[in-house]
Amino acid sequence: MSRTEATQTLRTRLDIPRWSWGVVVAVLVVVWRWAEVSELAASGPGRTIALQALLTGLLIGGVYGLVAMGLSLIFGVLEIINFAHGAFLTLAMYVTWLIATTTGIDPYLTLLITPVIMFVVGAAVQRVVISPAMGQPLENQLLLTFALAILIENALLLVFAANPRSVRIPWASAAIGPLDFPLRLGGAIIELPRILAFLGGLVIAGGLFAFLNRTRTGTAIRAVGLNPTGAALVGVPVGRIQVMTFGIGTAVAAAAGVLVLPFLTLEPTTGAQFNILSFVIVVLGGLGNVGGALVGGLLIGLTQELGGLLFPGQSKLLPVFIIFIATLFLKPEGLFGGGAE
Amino acid sequence: MRARLAEAQSQLLVLAAMAAILATVPLWLHGSGRTVAIRVLISAGVGVGWNVMGGFAGQFSFGHAAYFGIGAYTGAYLLVSHGISPWIGMVVGAVLAAGFGALTGWLSFRYRLRGAYFALATFAFAEMLRLVVQAQGWLNATQGLQVPVRPESSWWMMQFSTTSPNYYFIGLALVVVLVAITILLVTSRRGMFIVAVREDEEGAAAAGVDGTANKVAAVALSGAMTAVMGTFFVQVFFFIDPELAFGPAESVAILLPAVIGGTGTIWGPVVGALILIPLGEWTAGIVRDPPAFLDAVAGRSGLDLVLFAILLILILLFLPKGVYGSLAHRWRR
Amino acid sequence: MSDLLAVTGVTKTFSGLRAVDDVSFTVEAGEIVGLIGPNGAGKTTLFNVIGGRLPCDTGSVVFDDDDITGWPPHRIARRGIGRTFQLMRPFGSMTVLDNVTVPAATGVTSIVEAREQARSVVDRVGLSDQVDDLAEALPTAARKRLELARALALHPRLLLLDEVLSGLTPAEREPLLTLLLDIRGEGVSLLLVEHVMAAVMRLSDRILVLHHGQLLASGTPSEVTSDPQVIEAYLGEEDLLAGS
Repeated sequence: MSRTEATQTLRTRLDIPRWSWGVVVAVLVVVWRWAEVSELAASGPGRTIALQALLTGLLIGGVYGLVAMGLSLIFGVLEIINFAHGAFLTLAMYVTWLIATTTGIDPYLTLLITPVIMFVVGAAVQRVVISPAMGQPLENQLLLTFALAILIENALLLVFAANPRSVRIPWASAAIGPLDFPLRLGGAIIELPRILAFLGGLVIAGGLFAFLNRTRTGTAIRAVGLNPTGAALVGVPVGRIQVMTFGIGTAVAAAAGVLVLPFLTLEPTTGAQFNILSFVIVVLGGLGNVGGALVGGLLIGLTQELGGLLFPGQSKLLPVFIIFIATLFLKPEGLFGGGAE
Repeated sequence: MRARLAEAQSQLLVLAAMAAILATVPLWLHGSGRTVAIRVLISAGVGVGWNVMGGFAGQFSFGHAAYFGIGAYTGAYLLVSHGISPWIGMVVGAVLAAGFGALTGWLSFRYRLRGAYFALATFAFAEMLRLVVQAQGWLNATQGLQVPVRPESSWWMMQFSTTSPNYYFIGLALVVVLVAITILLVTSRRGMFIVAVREDEEGAAAAGVDGTANKVAAVALSGAMTAVMGTFFVQVFFFIDPELAFGPAESVAILLPAVIGGTGTIWGPVVGALILIPLGEWTAGIVRDPPAFLDAVAGRSGLDLVLFAILLILILLFLPKGVYGSLAHRWRR
Repeated sequence: MSDLLAVTGVTKTFSGLRAVDDVSFTVEAGEIVGLIGPNGAGKTTLFNVIGGRLPCDTGSVVFDDDDITGWPPHRIARRGIGRTFQLMRPFGSMTVLDNVTVPAATGVTSIVEAREQARSVVDRVGLSDQVDDLAEALPTAARKRLELARALALHPRLLLLDEVLSGLTPAEREPLLTLLLDIRGEGVSLLLVEHVMAAVMRLSDRILVLHHGQLLASGTPSEVTSDPQVIEAYLGEEDLLAGS
């Protein structure tokens, strides 16, 4: 309440929307890094590098968006910051790797299996570990999910050791119709699995969106997110919906895990990077705003890759965190507003 | 009338008695056991520091590695590059950490960050420090800094032979000072204001208490206290790198003793550290020398942390106020 | 003599709605002023503007010759305006004595002295027996007293009392009324928002009637209750005015 009051006071006095400072900052960064920008724009190879970064960022951003959607859904409905989200993603990747290497089926087919398994895992975790802590202070919930992440990562380390593993798609380099993969576009190279991950991410995101907006269960989930007490009063089984939500959020992360497995190296800590990025994206898109998470994912994918070009020698994560802090301060409800409000 | 002063005095007496008992530890504990004892002290110290902000002021920090790292790197850099005594580095680090805490805290409170948002902001600040330090050549980037080994022992340079009990005594003295600061804070006007703001910021404002100023003060003090242990850490282990100093794992290691022991209590973080570190040692020991039914996993890494995570989950689920906090709560009734 | 509190042309708008609309009034030293009006009339908003919790869009608040418009709440409290909240805001995990020591300690540097002052305030509001109880364990009536005690510990010259009497039984109300008159006897001014009409009429030297954010009437209790405009504003609530 005090937040809206503060915003209103600012608006009546300043009449400049806070987020416009973000635009100003972006322009300043380009001016500040003009040397890098002009160098990239001037030469042919420079332009190829920039194009490659743009495409890579956009494609991986679709997957980031998908992962963050799951996290945002869980936050929106359960109000829990789930630090184990990335670990669940890793677990799903190992499940897929195990199925693919033992049965020899195409990894993409496990999109029908892995998310289902992970739905059950997620639902069980909510039922057994998270729900008893629902009324507890923030730090306890946060630490619980953190402990879960440690548990999953190290259980994987125990079973599979730290050896990096990978799954490669034999048909990734082939001519499909008129297109010759990997695609070459103005010197930039786009691998088929990255395109599939992007498209798959969009399709699943669309499916989740339709599920939340068009089905009875989806409506119930949104109702619990808006007002659990009210939802309980009109007969929504809140506990069961919460279990289901955690399961769905985990299954979404699992689907993303399957999609990225063909072009990432699998280790017990692979999911951790997705975890941190997901938090940034979820805040950027508005905590609990599932649709905003997808757009936020694309933005962060681009920020990461383009930021890497503008700030050579710095970590790709640095511009991401700068955007994160700027969002928290200037537009804490996210670019598209919170979903729960 | 003097209940509060009496409380401060009795708590300080308990502290003095405990310090006297703990000072005898090097007499009967040697070798790796003593290293464990020093790690308990570091854990207790950072936990006591976190507790001022996360417990008494009620501002949950998920990025206290920022302060620990500032203390560690300030001490290490001044020593390695300029040969300046770690004691001075400790003071400079504490001042820098307080400044960083005051600045980031003030920004966060000014923009009214609360709860999950505030926790994520503290996390992001620590991560940004990690990423920035990683890219600094003068801090040896990702390689980190190594404390040069001196030929002779020196109190001034805080360096002794590996068998010396002096590291333990310095650690104990630091923890005693930090706990004493907490006791004096909690029983002071300022401490009452800080707790009042935690309990109800608007009510506190109506009672004439400036919410933002008191929260910022708590963050700055908490940061300085944590930074001191960061400097000490480098002197004990001779090494620091960005991940160790500023990483998320360190942030969790700092808040764990307070949460396990009981946030917002004077003794909680100390009790938490006394449980946490030996527990970690015990689980690590199981891996080194596993019982028969666990033979299959001998030498495999991961088991210790699996056990640790399970125990942590059990404590969080069954003693949500922390071990000391739950006991103190029951005792009060 | 000059007025202790002078509110001049205060307006506060919430997304287009004028919660307080060009309100001006004064409170003299030692005066008890009742602020009444139907629900949503803007009484609590006005309190929040005077107490500094909300900034006003236009207008000014002058207290004891200081223009306190735009001051932060804690500074206004220290300047001498104590307030209670309709939805009580105790420091739950602190004892009753500590709750009252907090405001007392904003005025003195010695915690021992603050504690002594708090003790006498606690005695005065009749909470001596619960002095070491946790605030969160207190029943409603005792919490109301605690709110008052916290405001009193500031040594205020003006008290803003938001519904300190509602929710109490008549038996619980009576000693509190005596206490309020007693406080006024020391020269402290009282501005009170209250739904218990009989009490407001009995206590107040002057009544202000707020309606749709505007000051509808002002005068002695008998003047106000016979004002046709006021009766119309309260249409359907006459029984309240008649006194309960």
